[in-house]
Amino acid sequence: MLYRTAGQFKTSYRADHALFPVRQDAWLLAFILLLAFVVFPMTANEFVFRALLTPVLIYALAALGLNILTGYAGQLSLGTGAFMGVGAYACYKLVTIFPDLNLIVAIMLSGFFSAAIGVAFGLPSLRIKGFYLAIATLAAQFFLVWLFEKWAWLYNYNSSGSIQVPTISVFGHPVAGPNATAIVQYYVVLVIVAVITWLAINITRGRIGRMWKAVRDMDIAAELVGINLMKAKLSAFAVSSYIVGVAGALFVFLWRGAAEPVAFDIPLSFRVLFIAIIGGLGSVLGNYLGAILIVALPVIISTLPASVGLPLSSAMVEHLNTMIIGALIILFLIVEPHGLARFWAIIREKLIMWPFPH
Amino acid sequence: MSSRLAEPIAVAEQGAGEMLMEVRNVSLSFGGVKAITDISFDIRKGEIRAIIGPNGAGKTSMLNVINGFYTPQKGEIVFRGNTRRAMKPHHAVRQGIARTFQNVALFKGMSTLDNIMAGRSVLMKRNLFWQMVWHGPALAEEIEHREKVEEIIDFLEIQHIRRTPVGKLPYGLQKRVELGRALAMEPSLLLLDEPMAGMNLEEKEDMSRYIIDVNRQRGTTIALIEHDMGVVMDLSDRVVVLDYGKKIADGVPDAVKSNQAVIDAYLGVAH
Repeated sequence: MLYRTAGQFKTSYRADHALFPVRQDAWLLAFILLLAFVVFPMTANEFVFRALLTPVLIYALAALGLNILTGYAGQLSLGTGAFMGVGAYACYKLVTIFPDLNLIVAIMLSGFFSAAIGVAFGLPSLRIKGFYLAIATLAAQFFLVWLFEKWAWLYNYNSSGSIQVPTISVFGHPVAGPNATAIVQYYVVLVIVAVITWLAINITRGRIGRMWKAVRDMDIAAELVGINLMKAKLSAFAVSSYIVGVAGALFVFLWRGAAEPVAFDIPLSFRVLFIAIIGGLGSVLGNYLGAILIVALPVIISTLPASVGLPLSSAMVEHLNTMIIGALIILFLIVEPHGLARFWAIIREKLIMWPFPH
Repeated sequence: MSSRLAEPIAVAEQGAGEMLMEVRNVSLSFGGVKAITDISFDIRKGEIRAIIGPNGAGKTSMLNVINGFYTPQKGEIVFRGNTRRAMKPHHAVRQGIARTFQNVALFKGMSTLDNIMAGRSVLMKRNLFWQMVWHGPALAEEIEHREKVEEIIDFLEIQHIRRTPVGKLPYGLQKRVELGRALAMEPSLLLLDEPMAGMNLEEKEDMSRYIIDVNRQRGTTIALIEHDMGVVMDLSDRVVVLDYGKKIADGVPDAVKSNQAVIDAYLGVAH
């Protein structure tokens, strides 16, 4: 009923290539953007910003980066955490070497460093695929985290061995560091994530996106329709690592405020991979759904029992969280291997058909 | 129509057609296995050239050599005046050689439309920056190519499956989508590896009609491998016959049909 498409005629290929061929999708997105830009900032408190809204956006962005590589181009990667680290350390060096540099420019530039590193570690993909490639990216994961620990220049020889984000202002407002307010950080993250998501959607629906998907589905056939496998794979590594790097810079500068090398270790890689898989590989929407699930679940588990008069110890909450997320991942993979995004696609299809079954 | 239909055959008989490709003394082996031994033949512009032979004769290996997937140990290939031995398959596509596969090799997760659009990747030029912006040149290019793809979709009568993921399509339609993807590359030479394998009579007739139409209307030169002798003899202008990696006959269908070496290769000889 709400999704009835009757009366929406497409009279040109331009209309057919629109982002939302169904008008209701555009309304839905407008509603979500309204929530994100107006309603949430007006109603949320400091805790909600720091524990839910900002991390959801940052994790969704990291998962989007991974999804471009794994879901679209079919190259499995286990090094996401380390590439986020490259973005974060690059941003840290940029703002300390060039203190006058605008923070947002520094964050966008830091992505290029992780893109370069990503391409370098993507070179094995030209010869190996599948699990073997995953092991090669795992090598990147271990090597880079080791480098973050041992190369003191990266963290400006801090005695703590970690990076501490100084207070950085953009146009007079403190955006990063101890004096920044959560709402300002949220808005900066929201705008960056929204813009990158829009650009990523554009890439994935055009020539380059088709090229990646062709390589994913059958690389030999892709080569025989004239796709240069080297270009396709390395461009996927570059774009993916750029987005992951920007997510890493946001992760440290606009959310956590400090980071030690171990923060970028393999649990972070797995976390982002879970988000991408639960959300749905090969979809942009799925990254957001997966991030909402993975980030919101611990918060719900820790606050819900207390609010109904069942206070749990923090250790208990942590164990419960691990168990429930593990069970959910298995459940989702059995019920819908294509993730939450496919759930939504099925619901939407049913709504369009409603009240008829077919 | 009948006069147009007869024309290329007449040309072939006179042996006067302009040369499109020439295979010169090509030999290919994998270790000790000789797949192709010293084979030479040519393909003329505008003809339908069949490559036939019993199983394991080296037909598919020959196509793989032509489109650069295999590099022959000896010999060379002249295509539109360029001589080469080794090349990357995506360069072959750029030069105008497209092909389909014996086992359907489509991009299963993508829709029919996207599969055929992927065939036009080489013809699309807009770089990453314009792709990101989308509106403007990239969209204009996308629409321009969409129009060409829709022509192919109309031609192959697959409008109804435009949005269907090809993995869900029946085999006969998949073969047709694969032909569409090859046509989208606007090749001057189209290689078809058993386009009718596993099809029923009706599907074979449809596919034959498309192959003739591609050849006559679009002027595409076709080299095809096929086991259905009725189809081969009716469709092709000239036939080259391989057996155990060697060429045993080459000529118009009628001559090949009555060639003793060909009959022996297919029926076997008493020793």
